[in-house]
Amino acid sequence: MNAQTPSSEKLARFNVSPARRRRDRIARGTILAATVLALIPLLLIVYYLLSKGLSSWSPSFFTTDPTGNTFFKSSSIGGIKSAIFGTIEMVALASVIAVPIGVGVAVWLVEYGKNSWFAQLVRFFIDVLTGVPSIVFGLFIYIVLIVGTGSSFAGYKGALALSLLMLPVVTRSAEVILLLVPGALRESALALGAPRWRVIFSIVLPTALPGMVTGVLLAVARAAGETAPLLFTAAAAKATSFNLGGFMNSLPVQIYSDVTSPTTAVVNRAWGAALTLVVMILLLNLIARLIARRSRLA
Amino acid sequence: MSTDGTSLRTAEMEPDDRVEPGEREGGPVDPSVTDPATTDATIIGSPMRKSSKPQTTAPTAPTAAAPAKQGLSVRLEALKAFYGASEQVKGVDLEFRANEVTAIIGPSGCGKSTMVRCINRMHEEIPGARAEGRVLLDDFDVYDPSVDVVAVRRAIGMVFQKPNPFPTMSVFDNVASGLRLSSRGRGELHKKVETALRGAGLWDEVSGRLSEPGAGLSGGQQQRLCIARSLAVDPEVILMDEPCSALDPIATLKIEELIAELKSRVTIVIVTHNMQQAARVADRTAFMLSGQLVEVGPTEDIFTKPSDSRTEEYVTGKFG
Repeated sequence: MNAQTPSSEKLARFNVSPARRRRDRIARGTILAATVLALIPLLLIVYYLLSKGLSSWSPSFFTTDPTGNTFFKSSSIGGIKSAIFGTIEMVALASVIAVPIGVGVAVWLVEYGKNSWFAQLVRFFIDVLTGVPSIVFGLFIYIVLIVGTGSSFAGYKGALALSLLMLPVVTRSAEVILLLVPGALRESALALGAPRWRVIFSIVLPTALPGMVTGVLLAVARAAGETAPLLFTAAAAKATSFNLGGFMNSLPVQIYSDVTSPTTAVVNRAWGAALTLVVMILLLNLIARLIARRSRLA
Repeated sequence: MSTDGTSLRTAEMEPDDRVEPGEREGGPVDPSVTDPATTDATIIGSPMRKSSKPQTTAPTAPTAAAPAKQGLSVRLEALKAFYGASEQVKGVDLEFRANEVTAIIGPSGCGKSTMVRCINRMHEEIPGARAEGRVLLDDFDVYDPSVDVVAVRRAIGMVFQKPNPFPTMSVFDNVASGLRLSSRGRGELHKKVETALRGAGLWDEVSGRLSEPGAGLSGGQQQRLCIARSLAVDPEVILMDEPCSALDPIATLKIEELIAELKSRVTIVIVTHNMQQAARVADRTAFMLSGQLVEVGPTEDIFTKPSDSRTEEYVTGKFG
């Protein structure tokens, strides 16, 4: 530009150039399109679940066990009561096993292990475990506790397989959350003359609680939806059982065996069961969030 | 002040301990420790030994003669502090006199904070950090291998740069936290919390909302809450690491007034970037430069007739 340039042209350099405006529009459009694209399958799943699942929902659907009479008329196939209870029992037991251990490992990693070689090794194996296909956990328990001991399928064996699956998820998410707890809080508690274990229990864990609940829920949701670890550890059953030492039905296994059935009514029961599973996880999520919010002062 | 929890705890201690505050009644004993008699007397009644012993003596009613708790002197001897291989504090000999306010000034990165964090052994909490030399709390080496770090930190409180009340706790619980975290919350908790809040000049402002979250207070109130929190555990020394750098001038003024009040019962070490602040609050001022102590003396002397040319350049704003 030379000195003779008219002043209006000088001012024009502060306007957004058409090229920039175009690029901006393209970028925004692309991001929006990606979001919509990601939402489509999600919405479709919800749509199909509701449209196909709701029709099989009825009071007796939740209050009766599957009968196994799949070749007769749809009214005689029974509901999914045993699967609901089985899933609740096994996931609860799996959580009782995996959550304390997982949180414990995370606390050790963040508060004590830090960047030591052993802590790095633990982290590496946790990452490896996260990537292990769920069927491998099922096979592991199958070989060790069923083939190895010569005993039969049992609910607690299914729960063990699920807890193995949950463990790395709980540990990793808890570790990330614990790392987010400001170091200044630990320092000020230590400077008050608090022993380290007290700092962890009274300051670090309560501060991290809401975040950890989310991580635990993620693990619970994942475990509740797994079929593979349960197929050869807890098997499928018809009757509702409160004995974790015996065969135990579960929603995913029920769905799995139902969708392979040639009878339409039974396939519909699978949709109903799938919707039930999703609603259960959703409810659990809401309840846990409520609890986490209550427990926090702010 | 003689009826609060402070004097109660003093009364719980062994009888020989009572001699010690009595000796000091005429004002802070000059702790330059040239006098061997003072040294002997204080060794007997060193607080660290006491807290490790079970308090078997039944808490007799505090006599009227029981004086309010006093601060203790802190002496650094050839103190060195390292982060990994890098030496941040390079052999400092410095004395913080009992019941005085000592300010530490110096440019950023000169090792002020590091040095102060060595006094209550918070420095070693940083991975790879370690300290050498001695830190004598009234002639008791806090780096002695037999010493319980937790006991050291109960005797030497700390206030940090950023107000950091515990976010999950109410105002009351924040103040009570030190007592609870060190399992000393039994009995009189309310009284101790009130005393601490009054001590921090915060009681009138928060007495109506003790159950509200501590994080809901204003920045200045939060910092005074943090001071109350450290007062509640009844320390002999309070370290303040730039306590006002995150506060506005009015909140700063309140903290400074508080410091002036507190020095009658605790020894205060304050790290500050603000030289006016040092001039306002400190009895003595120490100037540090690249990990070394350049000069220490009465605040007035440091600012008006420093003996070292580097101090003069710093306080007159030629560098830093």
